[in-house]
Amino acid sequence: MTQDARELWRSLDELADDPAFRERLHREFPTPVEAVTDPLERRSFLKLMGASLGLAGVTACTKQPVEKIVPYVRQPEEVVPGKPLFFATAMPLGGAGVGVLVESHEGRPTKVEGNPTHPDSLGATDVFAQAAVLDLYDPDRARVVTNVGEIRPWPTFLATLRAALAGQQRLRGAGLRILTESISSPTLSAQLQGILTQYPEAKWHQWDPAGRDTAYSGARLAFGEPVETLYQIDRADVIVALDADFLTCGPGSLRYARQFAGRRRPSEAERMNRLYVAEAMPTSTGARADHRLPVKPSEVDLIARQLAVAVGVAGVPTGGSFAGTAAEHVSRWIAAVAKDLQGHKGASVVIAGPSQPASVHALAHAMNAALGSVGTTVVYTEPVVTSPVDHSESIKDLVADMTAGRVDILLMMGGNPVYSSPADLTFGAAMAKVPLRIYYGSHDDETAGQSHWHVPQSHFLESWSDVRALDGTVSIIQPLIAPLYATRSPHELLAVFSDTPEKSGYEIVREHWIKTTGLGRPDDESDATPEFESRWRRWLHDGVMEGTAFAPRAVTLRADATAAAAALSGSGADIQFRTDPCVLDGRFANNGWLQELPKPLTKLVWDNAVIVSPTMAQQIGVETSFSYQGGERGQTLSEIVEVRYNGRSVRGALFPVVGHPDAVVTVHLGYGRRRGGSLLRGAGFDANAIRTSDALYVGRGVEITRTGDGYSLACTQGHHSMQGRGMVRALTKEEFLRHPEAVHEGFESPPRTLTLVPEYKYEGYKWGMAIDVNVCTGCNACVIGCQAENNIPVVGKAQVLRGREMHWLRVDQYHRGAPENPETFFQPVPCQQCENAPCEVVCPVNATVHSHEGLNDQVYNRCVGTRYCSNNCPYKVRRFNYLLYQDWDTPSLKLGRNPDVTVRSRGVMEKCTYCVQRINEAKITSEKERRKVRDGEIQTACEAACPTEAIVFGDLNDPQSRVSRLQAEQRNYAMLADLNTRPRTTYLAVVRNANPEVGA
Amino acid sequence: MANGVQAVPDARATTELVPVITPGHSFVSVTEKISKIVLRKDTPIGWFLLFALTLGVSGLLATSLGYLVFMGIGIWGNNQPVGWAFDITNFVWWIGIGHAGTLISAILLLFRQQWRTSINRFAEAMTLAAVACAGLFPLFHTGRPWLAYWLLPYPNTMGMWPNFKSPLVWDVFAVSTYLTVSALFWYTGLIPDLATMRDNAKSRIGRRVYGLLAMGWRNSAYHWQHYEVAYLLLAGLSTPLVVSVHSVVSLDFAVSVLPGWHTTVFPPYFVAGAIYSGFAMVLTLMIPIRAAYGLQDFITMRHIENMAKVMLATGLIVGYGYSLEAFMAWYSGNRYETFMMWNRMTGPYWWSYALLILCNVVTPAFLWSKKVRTSVGALFVISIVVNIGMWLERFVIVVTSLHRDFVPSSWGRFSPTIWDFSTYIGTLGFFLMLLLLFVRFLPMISIFEMRTLLPSAKVDEAHGHGH
Repeated sequence: MTQDARELWRSLDELADDPAFRERLHREFPTPVEAVTDPLERRSFLKLMGASLGLAGVTACTKQPVEKIVPYVRQPEEVVPGKPLFFATAMPLGGAGVGVLVESHEGRPTKVEGNPTHPDSLGATDVFAQAAVLDLYDPDRARVVTNVGEIRPWPTFLATLRAALAGQQRLRGAGLRILTESISSPTLSAQLQGILTQYPEAKWHQWDPAGRDTAYSGARLAFGEPVETLYQIDRADVIVALDADFLTCGPGSLRYARQFAGRRRPSEAERMNRLYVAEAMPTSTGARADHRLPVKPSEVDLIARQLAVAVGVAGVPTGGSFAGTAAEHVSRWIAAVAKDLQGHKGASVVIAGPSQPASVHALAHAMNAALGSVGTTVVYTEPVVTSPVDHSESIKDLVADMTAGRVDILLMMGGNPVYSSPADLTFGAAMAKVPLRIYYGSHDDETAGQSHWHVPQSHFLESWSDVRALDGTVSIIQPLIAPLYATRSPHELLAVFSDTPEKSGYEIVREHWIKTTGLGRPDDESDATPEFESRWRRWLHDGVMEGTAFAPRAVTLRADATAAAAALSGSGADIQFRTDPCVLDGRFANNGWLQELPKPLTKLVWDNAVIVSPTMAQQIGVETSFSYQGGERGQTLSEIVEVRYNGRSVRGALFPVVGHPDAVVTVHLGYGRRRGGSLLRGAGFDANAIRTSDALYVGRGVEITRTGDGYSLACTQGHHSMQGRGMVRALTKEEFLRHPEAVHEGFESPPRTLTLVPEYKYEGYKWGMAIDVNVCTGCNACVIGCQAENNIPVVGKAQVLRGREMHWLRVDQYHRGAPENPETFFQPVPCQQCENAPCEVVCPVNATVHSHEGLNDQVYNRCVGTRYCSNNCPYKVRRFNYLLYQDWDTPSLKLGRNPDVTVRSRGVMEKCTYCVQRINEAKITSEKERRKVRDGEIQTACEAACPTEAIVFGDLNDPQSRVSRLQAEQRNYAMLADLNTRPRTTYLAVVRNANPEVGA
Repeated sequence: MANGVQAVPDARATTELVPVITPGHSFVSVTEKISKIVLRKDTPIGWFLLFALTLGVSGLLATSLGYLVFMGIGIWGNNQPVGWAFDITNFVWWIGIGHAGTLISAILLLFRQQWRTSINRFAEAMTLAAVACAGLFPLFHTGRPWLAYWLLPYPNTMGMWPNFKSPLVWDVFAVSTYLTVSALFWYTGLIPDLATMRDNAKSRIGRRVYGLLAMGWRNSAYHWQHYEVAYLLLAGLSTPLVVSVHSVVSLDFAVSVLPGWHTTVFPPYFVAGAIYSGFAMVLTLMIPIRAAYGLQDFITMRHIENMAKVMLATGLIVGYGYSLEAFMAWYSGNRYETFMMWNRMTGPYWWSYALLILCNVVTPAFLWSKKVRTSVGALFVISIVVNIGMWLERFVIVVTSLHRDFVPSSWGRFSPTIWDFSTYIGTLGFFLMLLLLFVRFLPMISIFEMRTLLPSAKVDEAHGHGH
């Protein structure tokens, strides 16, 4: 390059302009465009890429080692691994049994269903039957025989007892006392009778903290004999319940609920029955009433008497009247009810509750007789329990004998009397005087702690026995599993009194029935004939003994049946003792499922409370509020109050309940347990501490004083107003018949055509659910059924306080009207399985996806736990495992899990699946048989448990399916339909059969 | 304004336009002043004290997160129905703070706002620290954080893609892109200064480390040309991100059906809020640092006042957003929306809404006054108040919308646990610790860009070499 002399140069290098300089210059200063050349050829690049990809694939092929496992060496008959078997048995509770079918997976009972052929089940179950599996696997159960806490072999116990009995032999058993609960097992009562024959001076006492002995006393008062009272609710047009929670509480309630619901379908409006309830503490039955009258429990007697007079019962002492402004309403209520009853003679029924005194029961009997209901809606039979006695008298006698030192051997069979007996009897102190105290019970509880010997009790799912249903039908209780621990059935325990102490429960029960049926071999009574063998098999298979129901009995009302009055004396507020809807009298206090079950009408869990009306709470000066922690859906802040009654006192948290009458305090039994498990400690207070034998259910003169100590109650629903959002829609029968479309008025439902993309066609099955809130009693059987079926964990009170309970299915509760006596609605809310599911679009990892049958499938092992789906779920049915809630370690709990459902770990979201495991099971079966799934073949766990058939699941593509027909009803509506989520779960509106004469 | 420095030789002569750099500085003095903060041997004792403190608080964060992974989300107060609470509140808050960086660096660069020069480096570093803190929350708030990578679209044996319909997946892209581009932008801008540091470093280690980081920068025209092009391109890339990141974050809420979340105004309203909080945080940090390191010459009242003006403007947008939300809730006639707004104002969390209005709408009204805008103390207080207000805004959106939604039976409440606070405070410590490391080891003001602002940097085109 030649240099222009005029050009400026900066350095000698530049002037020289040699190649080295140019090179440096080139590196230092950019030229406008530079060509980029690729040294690697395209072909060789592709070759290399192909080879490396191929090599990458080869490395992934590692051979997995083959490991063989040994299946059954001898496979039991009919056991196919992975296929559950169902066995019929029965659950004894409260002096009667409920027939159940128990699902067994490879010999492990996992789930209880109702037995459709059993008269007290009709296919349904209550919460206690549903939770029975957890009781069986309760890790806190007593496992071995102990003598004052020391483990002893069975022969040692046997020797001790037999030595003591030898001493009684010559006393003719004068020092022997046996304390049991109500017994309706024919075999057990035969055994007891045998002992009493052997030891004629021995005494058998009974104590049920809240049994049905008042009902028997009432019958004794009315008819002179303790007959059983059975109601035919399906034949009743008008039902009056006097402090009777007959729909959800006590033996027979499942059948009554079914019969009641059968006549609540507005599609058959003329058959709809009408229910009147007078009660204090609001109950499920009261919530379903067409007219509920909140009264003091002590006033029920007065109402019964006035009602009896109004329906024409003679010889009823009047006296007493209602005071105040409510008096007019009460008398109008009574007049209207009486008129309604008389208008349906022979098709009406008056039911008195077991916590009412005998006189009220007698009045109810008299009214039923006067109304011509005996033989139609009321049937009398011989009593189901063996020798019904007044339990309070019975235990009083025992305590008197013990105090006087007349008892040498005390055998207590269950019932935990030290905890559950009335406070004034000081059972524990009296018992200390007995030289040999034997407690037979399932847990090392308060009574076991004060006994010399504790013999652990077998669960009914691991023992042979028998039990009568309320109508007398006998079911053989057969075990689903060999006893998990060294426990014994009651028959095996009582066998120690006989000369064959080691006889098994199986032999005892069978021999009893061989003897009873007379089907033994002539040469050896204990050996069965083939005829007995085939009957026995049939009994076990069916779960009922056909033809063992008691025949109706004719009874005559005594002239002085209604003469007694049970008015309480004294002044002040009433106190009412009731069994807890979840833990009953405390026997289920160590059952986590039941402890964490929101109680109907209070929605409390893990606690009982001192329940008063909101007005009374205000008078006391206690204001409840919601904590910021958990709030309405978890934590209600209350105050501990002292309840003083009859010189005794107890401290518990105050909780106001709407619909509860003023000047009444309701306390529930079953809490404040001190021993017998790890879950029951610290839960609630012991109402037995102020319960005395003279006022087991109702007393007067209770005082409440504030203590100023705060208390956190775990309450899963604190807000009971629907805010005009139409969750539950309700109208009266007249309104419904006049204008059925009123159900939908005021609530928008976007047309299905309002979409940009063509609608997905659900070929094949299209699952859906219809829930009739009109017949839902809020009994919670579905909730526990769901929990048992789907391995849902228990989280504990502390987590519920934070608003983290895990139920996939909850029962929402709403009130409408004045807080003194509101209407109450229950609404079971499972996943709504929306067709336009808001949860699905927001999940970042596709962990919740839509199936071609319309289910919102939740894929647990794909879920990373962002919780966005839950935030976006308008129904808030999703549940998140905030901590490791599932017990992964306790071996016994593992046995009880459903192997068909994933056990979730922490950090994942879970929710109702419509029991997809059951759907798939039925689909596989149907495909093998080359047919479609039949309607009703799939029952979701909630549907199966429901006593009132309020929940119906099925295929919406089949126009004849029950669910299709229900969803086609005018009452059918979708919750929050205006969001266009198109839920597959829909609801049927409440239609009340109101009597215009009652007034508001 | 671009040539404001030269037009006004003596800053004190006029009150209208304070210069972006105090006159009297030369190339050398600028370099000296800024690099000396880093290269000085005697680290101030205050730095050590602060570092120890923030390191401790970062330890608290590590403990909290460790315990969280060990135990589960249940250690926080989140529940049903409040599935998100402090976690997402903090996430949105930190992401919002991270917005100032890109805005200052990219948008103001493209708009040729020269006053950005002395604050952009710091703002970008703050962005990175804030995004680092923000990123912790969506990761650790998942129930199973060790599987959170499933949100990424990667080929896998499960044959699964993430759900591209989910705003959380959009979030992953938005935030990771933002973090990547911000980091690149910040680092690219640092390279010439790293070379300066390398050349000025006295210690061997310093020379080595800065040398490595400078990536062989030799100040050649070639380098400068590439640098300028790259920087401009990155600025162009970052610009849409300023709008996109927080829009996408807002879609986490807006896409849902929840009243209080399901709002179309969210994207612009979130972006304005983010800039608002970002500038507030820059002010909160700049004011003490400026005093501590004597940087009043470079970060002049002009910068401070400009930032206050941006705050005022974005604060007004945010206030408009609040009123629009309330208006639409009423105007829609939707029973859920109306209730949500009513509940926000009068429900159990009314105090959070009241405080939010106080912090974000009432307080910034003082910025209308020039006196306040030019008072360092007042601005410091206001900027902190705005930061609190913006945190409350997210809390109000997240918690008060969730705690009472459609079905009244499922209404609940949220209260934080000690771990909620420790995690949040922990991120504050971690954030400050990162910034302390930054001011100690990297030039917090762009040296070479400051030099271009000097009068002597103005090249007379006629005498140029012509390339």
